[in-house]
Amino acid sequence: MAEFLATPLGIFVLIFAQVLAIIAFVMISLLFLVWGDRKIWAAVQMRKGPNVVGAYGLLQSVADALKYVVKEVVIPAGADKPLFVLAPMIAFVMSMLTWAVLPFNDGWVLSDLNVAVLYVFAIGGLEVYGVIIGGWASNSKYPFLGAMRSAAQMISYEVSIGLILIGVIISTGSMNFSDIVRAQDGNYGFFSWYWLPHLPMVFLFFISALAETNRPPFDLPEAESELVAGYQVEYSATMFLLFMAGEYLAIFMMCGLISVLFFGGWLSPIPGLPDGVLWMFGKMVFFFFIFAMVKAITPRYRYDQLMRIGWKVFLPLSLAWVVFVAFMAHFGAFGGAYARWAVGG
Amino acid sequence: MGVADFAFYIFAISAVIGGLFTVVSKNPVHSVLWLILAFLSSAGLFVLLGAEFVAMLLVIVYVGAVAVLFMFVVMMIDVDFAELRGQMAKYVPIALLIGVVLLLELSLAFGVWQVSENAEAVRRAVAPDMTEVHNTTALGQLIYDKYIYLFQTAGLILLVAMIGAIVLTLRHRVNIKRQNVMAQMHRDPAKAMEVIDVKPGQGL
Repeated sequence: MAEFLATPLGIFVLIFAQVLAIIAFVMISLLFLVWGDRKIWAAVQMRKGPNVVGAYGLLQSVADALKYVVKEVVIPAGADKPLFVLAPMIAFVMSMLTWAVLPFNDGWVLSDLNVAVLYVFAIGGLEVYGVIIGGWASNSKYPFLGAMRSAAQMISYEVSIGLILIGVIISTGSMNFSDIVRAQDGNYGFFSWYWLPHLPMVFLFFISALAETNRPPFDLPEAESELVAGYQVEYSATMFLLFMAGEYLAIFMMCGLISVLFFGGWLSPIPGLPDGVLWMFGKMVFFFFIFAMVKAITPRYRYDQLMRIGWKVFLPLSLAWVVFVAFMAHFGAFGGAYARWAVGG
Repeated sequence: MGVADFAFYIFAISAVIGGLFTVVSKNPVHSVLWLILAFLSSAGLFVLLGAEFVAMLLVIVYVGAVAVLFMFVVMMIDVDFAELRGQMAKYVPIALLIGVVLLLELSLAFGVWQVSENAEAVRRAVAPDMTEVHNTTALGQLIYDKYIYLFQTAGLILLVAMIGAIVLTLRHRVNIKRQNVMAQMHRDPAKAMEVIDVKPGQGL
């Protein structure tokens, strides 16, 4: 067996199996995340939420997915057909691709890239194309307006996300996610993670992540009271499902990123307890819970407010933070809390 | 043919096809999309060369930012591209001339880069030993340690260009109502509202 796995075919089979494992994990968690999202939202509004299909409505997402798949695909008459079909695929595939570099445990990562942070940032930047192309190819006003809003919004918040990532990269001296997590391994468990030295950036990153993934309170691209459903107005059946799934994948990925960058990935918060994949998964679900709570309890922002906050507040703050972290790391302030090059890179 | 060769030909062919269709496709939005394919393929070629940092930068800067702006522009402006394309025959000679000049310059530069006597030694003197440091680190050492002043100067030039562009395009129009968020937040009811006791039948 070990010999077979060393041959080119064996390596291919191994990687293929790993890819399948990650896709299966992500898609199954997706089904229950959508269910959880709706349940949390319902609980905040004192409703019951989905409760018919399966125990506690657990299988509601499965039923929804089946319904989407068997429905008729409608393509508008004036649409640019190839691009119209391509857009949801881009949205879904790009969100799926980022999962290749996220470490779930020490060594549990499909592709241990040295430039993993940049990779996630680059692929995340491509997600915007699904939205723009979808909105444009629909050949209709509302989708186009939604696409324009969305593109401007996603690009604006990508800038501050990038700068926040640079702070973490400076602290670690590496762009590899596993190294970033290892650099947070310390004697104080929860308190040796990056959230403490990088505290303000945790909040900035979280809010930017909300805007980047078009979640409420920044769901202006699909603001249903103004734009019906933004760039997805003309989409139906499986193509709509792909957009939806891509969106939730991106959100869950953001939860994974927050856990890895600031909350120690697979590390245990209490010194002495074993580290492991369960911590990582628990953290991701916890951040998804916060995403869902934000959706339930905040009113939608106005578009000019969104842009103002992105360019005039977040960008200067995160830029100043990069300079601050660089100084702190260079002079080894706070017992080297900002410079963990020895452990990381 | 190994896996790397196979990947190289895939990326190279798709880059060439992307470039070709950027020029010939009828719809400008399709052109931008083909251009993006060309960018992505060249990023793939960089990865094959072992320069993954440059590849990622190419995707982030060109595909993630520049091409999105292109896309915005060609989607929003109202130009009859068919008409523009009709005049293409007029511009073909000069386009060919520019193409030939560029090709010559590139082949000269790369030819010298390859065959010149001192080229190999000069390159080796500059670059850190690639067997010892990772290519991102090597790039960092070159830019931020060895050539820091040149790099900063280049940055300053870009900054001046940026400020220049803003100065050239910024105009303050007078008759526009703008929001002042601070003023809005510091409004207080005492100044903004007035309670008037209206007598019946009199009005204000």
